[in-house]
Amino acid sequence: MFDDFLFRALIAGIGIALVTGPLGCFVVWRRLSFFGDTLAHSALLGVLLSVAFDLNISLTIFTVSSLIALLLLRLQKTTNLPSDALLGLLSHSSLAVGLVILGFLSFIRFDIMGVLFGDILSVNVNDLLAIWIGGAIILLVLWFIWKPLFASTVNYELAEAEGMNPERVNAIFTILLAALIAISIKMVGLLLITGMLIIPTTMARNLSNNPKQMVILSIIGGLLSVFIGLYTSFEINTSSGPTIVVVALILFILSLIGIRKRNYG
Amino acid sequence: MNNNPNVLVKISNAGIHKNGKWLVKDVNLEIHRGKIVTIIGPNGSGKSTTAKITLGLFKRIEGSVERFTKKISYVPQKVSIDWTLPVRVMDFMVLTEDLEPQEINDALTLTGVDHLISRNLRDLSGGEFQRVLLARAIAKKPELLVLDEPVQGVDFAGEVALYGLIKKISETLNCGILLISHDLHVVMSATDYVVCLNGHVCCSGTPVDVARDKHYKELFGEKSSQLLSIYEHDHDHVHTADGDIVKDNV
Repeated sequence: MFDDFLFRALIAGIGIALVTGPLGCFVVWRRLSFFGDTLAHSALLGVLLSVAFDLNISLTIFTVSSLIALLLLRLQKTTNLPSDALLGLLSHSSLAVGLVILGFLSFIRFDIMGVLFGDILSVNVNDLLAIWIGGAIILLVLWFIWKPLFASTVNYELAEAEGMNPERVNAIFTILLAALIAISIKMVGLLLITGMLIIPTTMARNLSNNPKQMVILSIIGGLLSVFIGLYTSFEINTSSGPTIVVVALILFILSLIGIRKRNYG
Repeated sequence: MNNNPNVLVKISNAGIHKNGKWLVKDVNLEIHRGKIVTIIGPNGSGKSTTAKITLGLFKRIEGSVERFTKKISYVPQKVSIDWTLPVRVMDFMVLTEDLEPQEINDALTLTGVDHLISRNLRDLSGGEFQRVLLARAIAKKPELLVLDEPVQGVDFAGEVALYGLIKKISETLNCGILLISHDLHVVMSATDYVVCLNGHVCCSGTPVDVARDKHYKELFGEKSSQLLSIYEHDHDHVHTADGDIVKDNV
């Protein structure tokens, strides 16, 4: 069964949707969507370094994205620049450095489109292992830091005053995001991973009235996007990553009907 | 050194220096079990800053703060809940500590908002939200309770009731309370120790001492000292900083 690329893609997609649901909720709650973009852009640098030096691709992306994330936390403390300016700085410098390195790598056949948009045909059994083992670790860590992370999302100072160490859980959460990007880039692509994180989540927000419900609904939204998106991309021969995100968008639009009912009816 | 087991927090010569300006300086303060310390002062006088110093929310401060308890509850001056975050009152109640449904219900009943338990925080009015904030803080049964203007937006009758509740909590839980408030008239009668702040501590002591202090009169105007008469008629004795009755006033 694992020989069938569609089946492999499905298993990979399920694994990713299970992780993007809960992480995406925190990304939206904490207004970090631009931060997700920055990490994803820095992933290109990771991909190119792994190609250039023949390193494990997921591990290299994880390392580079984590370093960028920690660098951001550091810069936020030491400079007075606003966060969005810092994010732009890191995002585009790492993208530019990556593209310059790409110029040096002309001797290697390199599929940049696959990195940008994800390439479903290239998902192999090793990638599946990376997604499921990595994903399980991400969810486990998230489970452990859930309470302090949620408390500091609601009110940072309140959480700190009552002994929750928000600074540490923030750093851990950032690294979890970097890990998610590392395991999902091959499947979804770096331009669209933020969409996968936030679109099912925003759909879930329209339909839920408490945090747990929102997490569950965003997982379901992600799973539906993967199922329908993969099937459609196979049937009408479109790229898988963008098709999954388009399905998520359609689900979001449908959820607006739900919110209108709740607000006016 | 802490020789007195009743001391929960000891602040010595504390201050914050930011961008070449003192936000607040030379604060000396002790919070004891079962006692209420109230900070009063005009806007920008460093009241909230002092509360945050007490809670250890600043990385670098002058002077020292020693806290002898970890069971702390905090009601910040301002809590805004983002629209993207759906939180019901019952979710908010267990934000930093898991509680039994009974404990949640009891605390909400005390502040008079038990009927709001399933409502979304964003749908509450300002006064209702303050009551929920206070309920969450006391449900944890803290040893130290820091309240930064806990009754803002609450109607007048509710205000008096909530101050009464705060007084009762300090007794039943035997917890130390740091209270920041604008409502001089209510506060002066329900507190054990008053710190009058204006960038530094300009006077402090029992409510009667402070009300007689000329700095207090300068800060709040002659009219506010009339409160003294109200206060003195309400009570027939005077407290020390520890709250012990030292003499009869009648």
